Amino acid sequence: MYVAVKGGEAAILATHDLVAEERRGDVSVPEISVEQIREQMQLSVARVMNEGSLYDEDLGALALKQTQGDLIEAAFLMRAYRTTLPRFGSSVPVDTATMAIRRRISATYKDLPGGQVLGPTYDYTHRLFDFTLMANGEHAPAATAADHSLDAAMPRVPDILGDEGLMEAEVPPQHDPRPFDLTRDPVEFPAGRDVRLQTLSRGDEGFLLGLAYSVQRGFGGNHPFAGEIRMGEVAVSFVPEELGFEIDLGEITLTECQMVNQFKGSIEQPPQFTRGYGLAFGHAERKAMSMAIIDRSLKAREFGEAAEYPAQQEEFVLYHCDNVEASGFVEHLKLPHYVDFQGELELLRKIRREQKERLAERKEAAE
Amino acid sequence: MTMLQHDPDYNFGYLDEQTKRMIRRALLKAVAIPGYQVPFGSREMPLARGWGTGGIQITAALIGPEDRLKVIDQGADDTTNAVSIRRFFARVSGVATTEETSEASIIQTRHRIPEKPLDEGQILVYQVPQPEPLRKLEPSEVETRKMHAWAEYGAMHVRLYEDIARFGHVATTYSYPVMVNDRYVMSPTPIPKFDNPKMDDMPALQLFGAGREKRIYAIPPYTKVKSLDFEDHPFTIQSWTEPCALCAATDSYLDEVITDDHGGRMFVCSDSSYCEDRRAKGHIGKELAVAEALDYVDRGEGASHDA
Amino acid sequence: MRESSTPVIADPDPILIAKNVTKHYGERIGCEDVSFSLWPGEVLGIVGESGSGKSTLLRCLAGIDRPTSGEILFRHEGEPISLFNIPEPTRRKLMRTEWGIVHQNPRDGLRMDVSAGGNVGERLMDRGDRHYGKIRRSAMEWLTRVEINEDRIDDRPRQFSGGMQQRLQIARVLVPEPRLVFMDEPTGGLDVSVQARLLDLLRVLVRDLGIAAVIVTHDLAVARLLTDRLMVMKGGYVVEEGLTDQVLDDPHHAYTQLLTSAVLAA
Repeated sequence: MYVAVKGGEAAILATHDLVAEERRGDVSVPEISVEQIREQMQLSVARVMNEGSLYDEDLGALALKQTQGDLIEAAFLMRAYRTTLPRFGSSVPVDTATMAIRRRISATYKDLPGGQVLGPTYDYTHRLFDFTLMANGEHAPAATAADHSLDAAMPRVPDILGDEGLMEAEVPPQHDPRPFDLTRDPVEFPAGRDVRLQTLSRGDEGFLLGLAYSVQRGFGGNHPFAGEIRMGEVAVSFVPEELGFEIDLGEITLTECQMVNQFKGSIEQPPQFTRGYGLAFGHAERKAMSMAIIDRSLKAREFGEAAEYPAQQEEFVLYHCDNVEASGFVEHLKLPHYVDFQGELELLRKIRREQKERLAERKEAAE
Repeated sequence: MTMLQHDPDYNFGYLDEQTKRMIRRALLKAVAIPGYQVPFGSREMPLARGWGTGGIQITAALIGPEDRLKVIDQGADDTTNAVSIRRFFARVSGVATTEETSEASIIQTRHRIPEKPLDEGQILVYQVPQPEPLRKLEPSEVETRKMHAWAEYGAMHVRLYEDIARFGHVATTYSYPVMVNDRYVMSPTPIPKFDNPKMDDMPALQLFGAGREKRIYAIPPYTKVKSLDFEDHPFTIQSWTEPCALCAATDSYLDEVITDDHGGRMFVCSDSSYCEDRRAKGHIGKELAVAEALDYVDRGEGASHDA
Repeated sequence: MRESSTPVIADPDPILIAKNVTKHYGERIGCEDVSFSLWPGEVLGIVGESGSGKSTLLRCLAGIDRPTSGEILFRHEGEPISLFNIPEPTRRKLMRTEWGIVHQNPRDGLRMDVSAGGNVGERLMDRGDRHYGKIRRSAMEWLTRVEINEDRIDDRPRQFSGGMQQRLQIARVLVPEPRLVFMDEPTGGLDVSVQARLLDLLRVLVRDLGIAAVIVTHDLAVARLLTDRLMVMKGGYVVEEGLTDQVLDDPHHAYTQLLTSAVLAA
């Protein structure tokens, strides 16, 4: 016998307890701490901060702990928490030109002012298991310091091209209005660049990666060069209205990617390189690169290019890249739909009945 | 009736006051232009998108300490998500909740309109998964907004035409589109078309929230709401050949309940409050005893389970 | 009583006027400085090879693409209105009621997953018809007129041959009884025998309904059969124009001579 009609408050509460038990796992294994996650799972924390649209490493780590490492569920916790926070104001725009660089590479120049700084990267590791990590082998490898410090000046590659007029300039819209705020206002179409960049920056890394890949493979018709990728710390400052001067709030880690793309030019514009821009919290290169490729492909309208591929269609990209929204809606199919299903069931029976009657009549008429 | 204390760690109604004001402004605009979808700055809620965040935000923006809230899903107060949303509001507002339709000042609903007619002063808040009735015909938002702006609704009737040509009648049983105030075509949300006539000229205020799609729309009290149809194929609602197995009602929407693995089934009111109310008044359906034996309803009928 | 008895054909005012219509794509010329007038009931042909600018011109005339410069005037309720100076909703409404476009590929003009009856009926529902039986009867009549059997009314265009799809598209365009129809290579991509039948049908419909039409084609046989007047385009420019028989039988421009001789040779 199967009757699943009543929700039952007790059953719901029991699921909460079960989740807590599952989360803890085998109690003979020590419990993981939020600090451990924050320090040793930084890349996951960065992803949760990006998709959760909130820079807080401790909360990112807590979210991961509370959700058993489910990244989308963790981002969801960040977003829901964000809703309860009052807004004091907006920071002064951060300046990535003054970033305290930990990594900075360019694929377009062999050498450039400030040099190539490899920094911490998996790019040149061999993807082989390190079993000493499993054996709790603490080798605490201290990185050796270079014999000289990094150059103080690290110009951004697109700025170098821009000096020659070869790079599409970043021109603020007329009267430089306050940018759109995705966390406060609904997206409307056609969407401005500010709307697009904000939506992409909180978009799902996997979704954006797939789209960026499609652009590269030919479903988008752009050949990007990684003009520059930089990662490091930038200062965030704020001007309280009552004080009227900047106060330093601290620093955050950012990854910035600027892609350089070809453009044939139009009747008004000479041929030049065009820009794709990506920016992400923490060390999140894959995210920043994907974002930069899609930022460029979404400029199809501005450049008069035919928007025939998914990555060029802003409604498609912007409406579907948010994983918190997407997972909510996909998973809502678990909710009961029996009222609507009842309607369909009745309709199907009715149509079948009517068809049977029609066929019988036809047969009768034929005989 | 559930009574929970307001959790002081959270704002009353979860949202901050600025956000509530923003939502109320959107609601005012929606009421002023019946059936028009107003974009609003939908917030992330602690419940998932697609699980009623639009309705929850409207309720959160409206609810006050004096309110009495009823939450239903599929017409029933005891379905999982209805329980979950009711618990949420009990925790973040401490407001009294009820299962009795006539007692509620705000009724948040998914997929049904209560059977008992609503009164002036009551507010019905619908959870909306897809606010755009034209979306199935036209995927682009830019284009559908133009179609609404210029009332280009011919394509909507093509869908109805196709059904009649194929089946002899319109084969849409829920989310059946309506024309509001002779101007905007509107999605009534996935309520069964059985409920559509209740929207017309309703004394209560009807508000619709789509959290993920970031739209709010409304039907003010006593507004004309007409289900789309043809002159020679007028709109009709579902009907059942048998009454509710529990309360013998013949005027309510019935759900089919499978009672065993051998094709046994009964038809019962989807509106649990309506059904209980009728049973409390002594209306007895043919299979009430069977249902009691299956623990589908509480034993000892004659008293509502609130009491 | 004098006004009402004036026959349409003697209407002294053109229904469509193109003034110096020019369209550029970047540095490339689509069409350059094209001017003409079209009177009610008249059929104008635009001929030229592919790339000559004839389809570009048609898209501008039909209100789909905005010309880079120049003006297009359409006579609506007795007054000439400038097509790209009116609000988009008015233009869209005109496009649905007063004129129609027959696309070369029927897929561009039909809803492929809607039945033949629905395709024809949509135009009637657009203008507010709400009686299923009457809509269906009109659809049935039009299917008969374009020689599609009535029992195909509930079939979808996918189940139709290319020629039938094109005839269905024509029915869909003509059902609201437009005053002006644009056709882009209406017989392109069809077998020769199917083409001949379609041309015959178009000729009869256009004459019977007294509608004005602009037909773009690279096929001079189509032009001769359907059009009263002809414009020959090359490289975006109109190189020759005149009465169809005159242009085809006594071409003046060297390019037109080449075009007509190519037809003779074929």
